[in-house]
Amino acid sequence: MKGRIHRRNISGCGLAGMMSEDGRLMSGEGIIRSMEVLHDRSNGLGGGFAGYGIYPDRQDHYALHIMYDDIKAKEMTDVLIDEWFEVDAEEVIPTKRVPGVGKAPLLWRYFVKPSADFNECGVCEEDYVIDAVMLVNSTVEGAFIFSSGKNMGAFKAVGFPEDVGKFYRLNEYEGYTWIGHGRFPTNTPGWWGGAHPFTILDWAIVHNGEISSYGINKRYLEMFGYKCTMLTDTEVVAYSFDLLLRRHNLPIELACKALAASFWTDIDRMKAQGKKVADVYEALRMVYGSGLLNGPFAIILGHANGMVGLSDRVKLRPLVAARKDDMLYIASEESAIREVASGLDRVWNPKAGEPVIGELKIPVSNTDAVRELEETVA
Amino acid sequence: MKTYQLPEVKIERDKDRCIDCQVCVRQCAFEAHKVDEDGDVYSEDEKCVACQRCVSLCPTNALTIKDNTPFVKDNANWTAETQKYIWKQAETGGVLLTGMGNPKPYPIYWDHMLLNASQVTNPSIDPLREPMELRTYLGSKPDKIDIKMVDGEPVLNTKLAPQLMVKTPILFSAMSFGAVSYSVCEGLARASKELGTFWNTGEGGLPQNLYEYGPNTIVQVASGRFGVHSEYLDAAAAIEIKIGQGAKPGIGGHLPGEKVGPVVSRTRMIPEGSDAISPAPHHDIYSIEDLSQLIYSLKEATEYTKPISVKISAVHNVAAIASGIARAGADIIAIDGFRGGTGAAPTMIRDNVGIPIELAIAAVDTRLRDEAIRNRVSVIAAGGFRNSADVIKAIALGADAVYLGTAALVAMGCHVCQMCYTGKCNWGIATQDPYLEKRLNPDVAAERLFNLVSGWSHEIAEMLGGMGLNAIESLRGNRLHLRSIGLSTEEMDILGLQAAGSPMA
Repeated sequence: MKGRIHRRNISGCGLAGMMSEDGRLMSGEGIIRSMEVLHDRSNGLGGGFAGYGIYPDRQDHYALHIMYDDIKAKEMTDVLIDEWFEVDAEEVIPTKRVPGVGKAPLLWRYFVKPSADFNECGVCEEDYVIDAVMLVNSTVEGAFIFSSGKNMGAFKAVGFPEDVGKFYRLNEYEGYTWIGHGRFPTNTPGWWGGAHPFTILDWAIVHNGEISSYGINKRYLEMFGYKCTMLTDTEVVAYSFDLLLRRHNLPIELACKALAASFWTDIDRMKAQGKKVADVYEALRMVYGSGLLNGPFAIILGHANGMVGLSDRVKLRPLVAARKDDMLYIASEESAIREVASGLDRVWNPKAGEPVIGELKIPVSNTDAVRELEETVA
Repeated sequence: MKTYQLPEVKIERDKDRCIDCQVCVRQCAFEAHKVDEDGDVYSEDEKCVACQRCVSLCPTNALTIKDNTPFVKDNANWTAETQKYIWKQAETGGVLLTGMGNPKPYPIYWDHMLLNASQVTNPSIDPLREPMELRTYLGSKPDKIDIKMVDGEPVLNTKLAPQLMVKTPILFSAMSFGAVSYSVCEGLARASKELGTFWNTGEGGLPQNLYEYGPNTIVQVASGRFGVHSEYLDAAAAIEIKIGQGAKPGIGGHLPGEKVGPVVSRTRMIPEGSDAISPAPHHDIYSIEDLSQLIYSLKEATEYTKPISVKISAVHNVAAIASGIARAGADIIAIDGFRGGTGAAPTMIRDNVGIPIELAIAAVDTRLRDEAIRNRVSVIAAGGFRNSADVIKAIALGADAVYLGTAALVAMGCHVCQMCYTGKCNWGIATQDPYLEKRLNPDVAAERLFNLVSGWSHEIAEMLGGMGLNAIESLRGNRLHLRSIGLSTEEMDILGLQAAGSPMA
């Protein structure tokens, strides 16, 4: 499977996201309709979605979505999974035949917890899961874990996004955050794993653009143990957020300031005005310079506690945001939002490099920080 | 003893143009031009070093210096140069001496690398319309920063190591006062201030009158410890421990007594007229742990306010050595490739010891990343950067910034005649002779240096924008923007490059 994708893809795209900050659950039908409006931004070579809150009955388990080329790849992967995890359930991901979505790989999902003895590895639980995902993805021919978060899942395929959504029967799931993506790749690997979103743990990224700094972003992330196995620039975005938010505990605003940094002229001006935060911005650029995402992009990041929209520092790709009541919408085009929401309170074009942040009013407690807090309290 | 050496150049004087004004006679410290008792000017080819000073100043363009390499019958082995060296040594019994960097036709890897540009899928960025950022911070960085929230505002909770901020990733390389004239030092210092970059004293100390340029000065601590005292360290923006130099890895330095006049004597803290001899190793550094002690001694002496750089020449084991230096506590590692210049070096060493800077940058950057310590140090590359394309390729390979030595001298008038060690530089650069030195006007020197670096910076901004990048850090170590042409797979492997024409990856 990975053998098929030797080269990094570059692509144009359409993207959309919606979340209820109250944590209300919505069927996946809305995000499919939203993406359908953006049909012309993709060319049928990749569509995908991620939904959060979709596995309430197994919210303490990591949901591994895996595509296999053949049963042999599954058998090899199952050995590794049994070694690394305790499997609560495994099943075929339900799909239905849809015109426009071609022959599918074997699609399976597993609900797992790390093996009881994982603590002996001396790493935290999330790093353990990442190691396992990277091990499978880089060593098992024909197997690809494309989703590994808790109470969330990614669904992707070769096809137009609205067809992919129907193929995966997303209208039968309910989530509080949905993000979607349609691809317009400039080459045609035709590999299901190459569609967006790209995920690691509960981070899911949909991305329109090209990261011209990919070469150094990749080498930078490799120093922290990430393996960029998929040769896509979108993958580095997902790992960058994992590094900055989960491992380095940066607030979301500052993580975005590291990835789409303020210009020195702005930082200098803030310094001249005596704003202390300028020191923080300067330090972010000094320390995380190799992580700066340079080149045209608009991204939507989904995670357990919310959703973030971000464009590059000169906004070379479109991104529109809107709010209504507890809902936050982000999309490549306003029409994708209007299709699913009327009477919006506010519609705006976020400035270059300025993040749009949606957060659950009551956060899900699965991050290190919250867990540490809980332990301290206990 | 009669010399068998043959003249290498021929001075052609167009008698129709020559007005016997004797400018050439006065300008040539090598006495290649003479005047006879009738007032007619004539030339002696064997004395000419081809520095082109007379040609540049001749008011009637009467002079041309031509290559006159002696004819050698049918032989690729016993070339004119080989024979010349043998005659020289047969006549003197000495070590062959020379100046400047390695001139041999070794592969120039810069000329085997091609840069990328954007088309359609990502837009190129026009530096005339959009911000284009070349600012670079040199020094040790932590792997992460801690933030604490105070009244809802993020505040840094990590103390950062001292940094050098350069507005463009180009600094001036170490050239010592003594080897070069005072005017050169003043020109470099003033240009650095104007450009927002740094110059480097080399091992010659900092002349008293240039202390005002301290904030743009890197001071060196070399094996001879010339001119090192507490005010010298305090005056500087950063301190560089010189272990080696690309032109002469493994050996020390020798400034002949004739070059040690009153100001050099005061600045270096040695008696007037005495030879200044730098030992090959530092006599307090025989190991990496000794180096670490000196690094921390200097940090203690300056209360951890300045980055400490360690300069080494690019030798075979450079990657492992650089890793050791990073772990020994250096903030910056300066690596000098075998094309790096010098005021004086044994010819055999200059031409045969060390490795090209291109390979050294790639090997060091790769090694530091493999060991996950790349953040801990900045890497400054040196050794024969000829133009802005060389500089931007060095950054794409993994350097944080580059040092210019030879290019800066050429900007000031040097014509690379390689006679620096004679002290007779007709351009007022590599000399302490007051008559020659005053030929270099520090105002003009500073302006020419400023112009050169400004021009290169514009070109770098233009190429960066063409690649769709608007900050230099996005190119640093980003080898996907380089492709190799005409290299072996081993060389490509060391450089971390793919062949031109291979698709993106």
